Formats: sequence, C-alpha cells, structure tokens
Amino acid sequence: MESRKLNSVDEFNEYRAKILNSHKGDYPVIYVCGGTPCLAKGSRAVAEAFRKEIEAQGLECRVELSLKITGCQGFCSKGPVVSFGDDIVYMEVKPKHVPEIIEKTVKRGEIIEALGYKDPATGKKAATFDGIPFYSHQKQLILGDLRKLDPFEIDDYIARGGYASLDRAFSMDPDAIIDTIEASGLRGRGGGGFPAGRKWRSCRNIETETRYVLCNGDEGDPGAFMDRSIMEGNPHAVIEGMIIGARAVGAHKGYAYIRDEYPLAVEAMKKAVVDATALGILGKNILGSGFDFEVKITRGGGAFVCGESSALMRSVEGKVGEPRAKYIRSVEKGLYEQPTVLNNVETWANVPLIINNGVQWYRQTGTDGSPGTKVFSLAGKVENTGLVEVPMGITIRELVEDIGGGVLGGKRFKAVQTGGPSGGCIPQSKMDLPIDFDSLTDAGSMMGSGGIIVMDEETCMVDVAKYFISFLVEESCGKCAPCRDGLPRMLRILTDITEGKGKEGDIEVLEELCDVLSYGALCGLGTSAPNPVLSTIRYFRDEYEAHIRDKRCPGHVCKSFITYRIDADACTGCTLCAKQCPQKCISGEKKQTHVIDQDKCIKCNVCREVCKFDAVRVE
Amino acid sequence: MAVDTKKVDEIIAGYEKSEESLLAILQDFQREFNYVPEEGMEKLSELFGVPASKIYAMGTFYKALSLEPTGRHTCKVCTGTACHLKGASNVVDVIGRQLKIRPGETTKDMRFTLQTVNCVGACALAPVVVVDDKDYYEGASPQNILKNLKNYK
Repeated sequence: MESRKLNSVDEFNEYRAKILNSHKGDYPVIYVCGGTPCLAKGSRAVAEAFRKEIEAQGLECRVELSLKITGCQGFCSKGPVVSFGDDIVYMEVKPKHVPEIIEKTVKRGEIIEALGYKDPATGKKAATFDGIPFYSHQKQLILGDLRKLDPFEIDDYIARGGYASLDRAFSMDPDAIIDTIEASGLRGRGGGGFPAGRKWRSCRNIETETRYVLCNGDEGDPGAFMDRSIMEGNPHAVIEGMIIGARAVGAHKGYAYIRDEYPLAVEAMKKAVVDATALGILGKNILGSGFDFEVKITRGGGAFVCGESSALMRSVEGKVGEPRAKYIRSVEKGLYEQPTVLNNVETWANVPLIINNGVQWYRQTGTDGSPGTKVFSLAGKVENTGLVEVPMGITIRELVEDIGGGVLGGKRFKAVQTGGPSGGCIPQSKMDLPIDFDSLTDAGSMMGSGGIIVMDEETCMVDVAKYFISFLVEESCGKCAPCRDGLPRMLRILTDITEGKGKEGDIEVLEELCDVLSYGALCGLGTSAPNPVLSTIRYFRDEYEAHIRDKRCPGHVCKSFITYRIDADACTGCTLCAKQCPQKCISGEKKQTHVIDQDKCIKCNVCREVCKFDAVRVE
Repeated sequence: MAVDTKKVDEIIAGYEKSEESLLAILQDFQREFNYVPEEGMEKLSELFGVPASKIYAMGTFYKALSLEPTGRHTCKVCTGTACHLKGASNVVDVIGRQLKIRPGETTKDMRFTLQTVNCVGACALAPVVVVDDKDYYEGASPQNILKNLKNYK
C-alpha cells in the first residue's frame, strides 16, 4: 500500500480497512518459511518454484498475496516448511514437490499426507498442525503470527491487528499502562525474570527530562535462537511493545541492540523502523497523539558480555562494552546516565498482547508466579529441533518427549541444559520439573533466555562444564579479578580432568572457586558463571569421579580416554570410511574388514559419522 | 597495506558524527576491507575528536573486529552448545588441518580466515558452518564442507 503519514487513529483505522479490503477474495495463501535454517535448506528455491508454477499455470491468484516468505515456522529440523491457511503444513519440501502441491492442495484443498511429519514412534504421517505433536502441544501467542507474516511488509502486520494496541495505550494514563503490565505478572524473558512492570515504574518515578527504553536483541547464549526468530519474523511486534513501554515510562528515544551475527534480524528490524516511521507510527506526534518516540538500531560487536545490561548500554554509547558494579541500577542511571528500561525482544513482543487482551486473559496461561507463555529453542540431541512456545509450567518431560519427539536416534536421555553459560544441567530424575523462572532456579539452573539443549548418554558432563567455562574465559571482559583469573583456573582443572590428569581434591577446589566467583564477581556474567560447573557436580559427581579415579569417560567423549575400532562382524568393507578419513589412516581392501591405524588416528569421528553399518565403535 | 581512503571517507560520511556511530563505522570498515585499517581509526579519531586509543580499544574488544587483514572468505564454524554436542570441535579440527591454519588465522594466500563463533542460532543445522556470513552448511560431514570450500576463490 502506498505509504503516507497517518495523522490520527482514525486515519490508521481507515488505512487498515483499506488493506483488508484489498485482500478481498479468498486467494489461497502459500506460506514458505524464510527462517535461517529453512533458507539454508533451500526454501528460497521452493518459493521460486511456486512462483514459476503459479505463473506458468496462470492461476487465479495474485502472486503477492498467494505466496509469502514468512518468518520461522518453528520446525527447523524438518525444513523447508511450507504451510497453507491455518491447518496444512508440509515438511522437507523440495522444488520437485511444487506441481503436486499446486495441483492437489492449492486447487483442490487436498492434504498430501506423504509430505507431512512422520511420527518416529508409530511411523504414521500427519500434515496438519493439529495432527503433529510438535505443534499441537504448543500454545502460540507470540509465534503464531510468525508463520503468517511477511516480516518485510508492515501492511501484513497491520492487517492482522498489529499496532491496534496503540489506540488503547495512548488513551490510557501512563500509570495505568504500568498498572496493567504489573498486574499481568509479565516477567523479563531475557533471563533473570524480573517483573517488567516494577522495572517500568522505578524508571518512571525518577524525576528527569530524558529517559530511554532499550531492546536487548543481543542473544548471546549459545543454543538460543528465539529472539533471532522473533526479530526476523515479526519485528513490528517488538517495536509496538517498545512504543507502549516508552509511552508508559515517558521515553522519547529507544534503541534496539541486535547481534551482528544475525544479519537477517538486523535487516528486518531496520526495515520495520523505516516503514513504521513513514506511516507516522514512529517519530514525532505518533498518530496525532502528541507523543514522540524514535527507535535506532545498533548492531552488536560480537561480545557476549554486551548482553549484560550495563555493558550493553556502554556499547550503545559507542564505547567498549564493559559492565559496571551492580549496585548502580540502570533504571536510575542507565544509558547516558539517564533512567533506562531494558527489556529483551520476547518481553517487548508480549506487551501489545497484554494491552490488547487484558490482564485476565493473559493470566489464563502459565503459572501464578510466571504467567504467559515462553518461547524456547529446542536443540541438541533431540529429534525435533526448532522453535516452540509453551505455557509456563509445562514439564521438561512434555517439552522433550511430546514436543521434541524424544532423544535423537532413540538414545537414552541424560540431561537438559537451560539458561546458556549462566544456567545449568538438569538430570533425568528431574524431568517432571515444571519449567518456570523459580523452579529452574531452585534446581540450580535458570530460565535464561530460553535455550533448551537436550543431552543424551553420549554426552560427557565434564566436557559440557569445560565447554561452558572455556566459552566464559573467552568472553570475560577482564575487568574484575574473580572472573578474569578464576575462570582460567577452573578451565585448567577441568581440562586436566578430561585429559586424564585429574587428581583427588580437584572437585573440591572447583567448588571453592565457584564460591568465590559467585560472591566476588562484578556482573551477572561472572556471578552466574559457576552454574554449569556446580550443577554438573551436583547431579553428575560420579562422572567427575570416573574421570579422576578410573581414568574413564562414561560418555565416550574425552579423547584421552577413547579409541576408535572397526567391528569386524559389522564391517562390510564398503571403503567409505577409508575414503572420508582426513588422516588417511584407515586401510583395507574392498569387501574386507577395515582397520584404523591408532598411531595416526585423530579421533575426529568422521568414520563413525559416515559408516552406514554402525561398524565403528568407540571404546 | 594501503587502503582506499576514499572508501574510508565514504563510510564515515554515511553516519551521524557522534560517538554512538563508532561501532557501526568500525563494522563497516571490517566488512569493506576485511579488517579495521589503522588509517580508518586515525581518521575517525581526528573527525570525531575521540582519542585514537579509545577507538583502538574497541577494535581489540569486539570480536567482530579484526586489526589484522583477514582472508577474502571467512569460514565460521559454529561452536554453540548444540553444535559442540554434535561434534563441532572435530569440524574445526578437520577444516583447520586441511587449510593448515588454526581458528583466528588466515591462509597464506589470503583466501580463507577460519573462525569459531559462539552460536549463529541455526541449531537445526548443527554442527553448522557459515561461509561469508551468508552460506550455511550442515557440518555433519566435514569432508562435504571441504568440497564446498573449493568453490570460494
């Protein structure tokens, strides 16, 4: 639609009516997922094939309406995902499937079961959202729109009711907005779970001319991609939330700080700001309300610590992103020493929902202490990797087994890791733990931003602890001594343990170092850094002891303790491993058992990956 | 290495003259030249009235910035948690051996820089390798990636 500045809510409503009008006529809509994994798996080629086929057949539907490249549709491990209307969804779609889909589904509304999801347990196929456990167990308040929207089209968002909450928000007293958010019980989705309403109120209560609202899109936790997907798939929801927040606290400038590793998210958010500004939804005198608010996009510089609030603010100011002591609160002295509200992407996206639908509606979902839904990225050794949204309070078991489809390859479940490098590992015995802010903290982990990594029997928990500590060593900004010097010391000990050089007393020294760090570090990154070590010691002490005492790695991961061997009974002599071995250290004639030269083997696992007969053993 | 100063000026001119723009400008330098050239930092210091030491501090602090020239192509191996569990360290190892460099280093012919990155948020592709920030490869078979790398000249 031609964009012009809208000067009042009435003009906005007229504009929306016009868009809806132009959508008249029931054109079938094909939604092709354009999230990063689906793009990598070839969804652009699929979309192109649809476009060509529609043109070639001269179908009675307009291309711009009939085909949409949307944000993430969630089921990343089965991409490219293509859906139709509210019901039908196909997985692993290739360009060659396009003519059949057009013929049957688009023209006749038939469902092609073969392109659906195959239940690994029953082998049955399903091609509807209701029929696929991955989707049917979810409650999508935030993600539902992702699969229906072209994130680069503001009209799409407006047509689906986007920015409608502004009318209400502008007619409310700022304090009433804060009351609503506070009553809704919305807690920050970025990690700590701090009540958003309380944060806003503290900021508003400070007498000053200038306040800021910030959006934390520096999703640095490895294994987390919720915020990436929301920014890529529904950027306007984030901006709408920020406008309401700004109006509530009295801020006229906002910044969205986005990881530079997410180029598509940066692009989508930038476009969203430009388009919203052109329509008068951002900028001076928003929709004639007299309220001014502008948003600037800042790209992060690839430093994990910049996800910490005070470091993020320094980075926005164009400085080195070092955190400062915790007793100075950013709601009082934040960006440019002014009162600042910082919420993460998902928190902002929740705000319009609450304003539109009210507190009662919002609190129907989730638990008393943690209302609403939470978006998780489910990854690791799990069948169904992807983006899921569930009510708070769902158990780990439901998440991993019902939605995730269980552990990859039917292996035994060992633990889930939540909360990224600041979180911890939760063992099988706690699978019925409800996932909410408080339960996870009690179990020694934390919600974090929502990465859930599933670990199976072939995961070594000492290696996991070492992995996170080495991550943190690299990302520590070096400002305070406990973090700068404590973490490398811990890494040294963990490395020794995994290399067979561990000794009695190591575990106790680790625990002591953890103690010092959690009391003495300057920022949240440092004080939470011990969690991966403490939680693995708490639940998997036996694995540490096996490494130290028996010189054995129960997960068969630590290279000092394992050897690769080819099972003569299973080997068919197909030569595939010998061809793929980067060391060229596998020998054997065709159709004869192959042998690994242990002196040259670097234990890179390539042979085991490529073997089709499961003949390579790790011992 | 001589740098096109016109390009430097062009990039700077595209931004508001405030400290807030520093990081973005440095990132644009990185993108344009594959590193942050000294000439660019000096120019910035002069024009913005910010001490060169501060700009240098940013250059060393932020991982996205490199003060050394990097290769024509960057090969980033994701070492996020999901990728780690699925063998990312082996992927780094195999690619590094083949290119004869370690993570953070550049091949002698300036063709590739090998980097590890803390999660590109594409866990469904784990272990994932990203070339030039746009081509995503599922890294389960490092051999397959080595084959693909041949296409980058």
